[in-house]
Amino acid sequence: MLSSYLTMAAILFCIGLYGALSKRNAVIVLMSVELMLNAVNLNLVAFSKYGVLPSLTGQIFSLFTISVAAAEVAVGVAILIALFRARGVVNVDEFNEMRR
Amino acid sequence: MATVYSQYAWLVPVFPLAAFLILTAFGRGLKQTGAIVAVLGSFGALALSALVLIEHLGGADEYNDSFHWIKIGGYALTAGFDVTNLTALMLVVVSLVAFLVNIYSMGYMKDDERMTVFFGYVALFTFSMLGLVLADNLLTLYIFWELVGVCSFLLIGFWYQKPEAKAAAKKAFIVTRIGDVGLLIALLLLFWYMPDHDLSFAAIENVFGQTGLITEGITTLIAILIFVGAVGKSGQFPLHVWLPDAMEGPTPISALIHAATMVAAGVFLVARTFPIFEASQAALDTVAWVGAFTAIFAASIAIAQNDIKRILAYSTVSQLGYMMMAIGLGSVTAGMFHLFTHAFFKALLFLGAGSVIHAVHTQDIHEMGGLGKTMKTTAWTFAIGALALAGIPPLSGFWSKDAILAEALHANPALFVVGIAAAFLTALYMSRLFFLVFAGNPKAGGEAHESPATMTVPLIVLAVLAVIAGFVEMPFSGTGWFGEWLTGHAAEHEGAALVMLVSTAIGLLGIYLGWLIYVKGAISRDVVTSRAPWLTRMLERKYYIDEIYHAVFTVSLRAIGRACDAFDRHVVGGAVRLAGGAAFWTGRAATRMQSGQPQSYGLYVVIGLVILVAAIAGRRFW
Repeated sequence: MLSSYLTMAAILFCIGLYGALSKRNAVIVLMSVELMLNAVNLNLVAFSKYGVLPSLTGQIFSLFTISVAAAEVAVGVAILIALFRARGVVNVDEFNEMRR
Repeated sequence: MATVYSQYAWLVPVFPLAAFLILTAFGRGLKQTGAIVAVLGSFGALALSALVLIEHLGGADEYNDSFHWIKIGGYALTAGFDVTNLTALMLVVVSLVAFLVNIYSMGYMKDDERMTVFFGYVALFTFSMLGLVLADNLLTLYIFWELVGVCSFLLIGFWYQKPEAKAAAKKAFIVTRIGDVGLLIALLLLFWYMPDHDLSFAAIENVFGQTGLITEGITTLIAILIFVGAVGKSGQFPLHVWLPDAMEGPTPISALIHAATMVAAGVFLVARTFPIFEASQAALDTVAWVGAFTAIFAASIAIAQNDIKRILAYSTVSQLGYMMMAIGLGSVTAGMFHLFTHAFFKALLFLGAGSVIHAVHTQDIHEMGGLGKTMKTTAWTFAIGALALAGIPPLSGFWSKDAILAEALHANPALFVVGIAAAFLTALYMSRLFFLVFAGNPKAGGEAHESPATMTVPLIVLAVLAVIAGFVEMPFSGTGWFGEWLTGHAAEHEGAALVMLVSTAIGLLGIYLGWLIYVKGAISRDVVTSRAPWLTRMLERKYYIDEIYHAVFTVSLRAIGRACDAFDRHVVGGAVRLAGGAAFWTGRAATRMQSGQPQSYGLYVVIGLVILVAAIAGRRFW
């Protein structure tokens, strides 16, 4: 049972990773990041049920993660909107200010 | 007797040192004043050392004073000075010649724009030479030994615009360096084997005076290595090649450094460490035979040279060989006696040669002639020097040469024959030199004139000394106090009458032959050249020694140097360039990676993670 959950989570994570690294649109990048986070959540829940030492800790952690992710998305979207207002685009490959 | 001035003997080298410092600090602003500073410095040294000598002639005790120079754990290196009769005499010889040469240089170097630099170097040399004489242990002596070497280098290359002078300076430095390495090794060996690592001359005398403290093999080794140092400095065969080339320096320097004082330092060193040589018969024999060979070898070269200063240089080499031979025969007295007289008459000859060069602006004796009429003082003083060198009684050279020959006759007749042959050659080449330069008809035009008083007065003083210096030790009963005073042993007087007769006859014969050839013309000048041209050529080319050294050492060393250079350039340099290039190109690549694109950064992180995971997973299959 555990391995199918883990496989599912791995697939989700890889899709998210692919999206985060290859999409130009910042909104989609943010969504891909969410996907990766959720793959992790899935792992946590799966381990809490079928792991070597089953306990509730995993489920509670995943709740924490979800709430933190929500906050993160709020910040991320706020930055995106500020960027869009300033530049008029949301393409990540046009933002390379970190170089300097 | 109490010692008053000897306690202050360390001040003797301080005077020229002060002069050197003043000249170096303010030299550019001084012109004639600089020369006066140098003369005053050497005069101070002369005055004090004369007082010391008078005190010691009066029978003062030896005086020694030293201080701890460097302390290493329980061991202390000392430096100090030693005033014995021998050093007192050397102090006066060195400072007297230095003083006269300084005065002479005021005239000789008057038009040189680097005159104060010249006087500064001379003052530094005087300081070093006096320090060398005073040193009470071998290490201190070695330091001053190297210092005089540096001064010699600086002064030979004084006219550095001339490529020959530059080459000669380098040659002198490198060739003497070979000898210095020998001395350094001897020093290290002594340091190793001496009880308490004591390098002072007093300790050396103590240790080597007793048998069995140091094995005979080691003693011989140390003695030979010290002698190697002396061979380098004193221009003995086979390291004599630098001395004739050193004549590229200004003539007063040739007189001071390369005739009277520095080159005698080798003889002085052997005399000072004589207890070591005395303990090893093999070492003594080596010294005697090398000296004897050098004496006749250099004298034969001097006959065929045409440069006035080179003839005198080879003569110096030959006379130093005499001194070495005397010491090798076990008579420090005779060796030091000859050193003492030689210092005066050879300095006189060089200064006279300088006076001639100053007048006619050439050094080739075939271009001179008839100078006796226009340069009376120079001619007369030069004649006295030449006769003293040729060993004609009653001049100083006769007595000292006689002492050596008597010693040789007593100890080793074979060496006596060599010495007599060398004495004949000496008389012959000196008469050739004198008659070609001063007799006959003028060739260099009529512009030759007598030199100024600053140059002739030192000549006269030296000429007087060259006449009287020999009277301190005559082979008659009751007159041999000098040897007793100097070393505690009187010179050999056995068979003195025979030696005196033979050496006088030989000297006169040499001069007569020279007169026949070069004045009377009774014997054709090319009597040898026409019959055996190879002989003349061989002598002119100085037995091809320079060529042999060039072929054997210079060429092979240059090949080694080339190989080392190639190795350095390609292998070592290549490795360095590779390391540098690798860093550079890595940096280039890393710069390209920092694009500012977060997505590519993410990709690098993922690639790194994959490599890490692969590595950890792959370890299982290793």
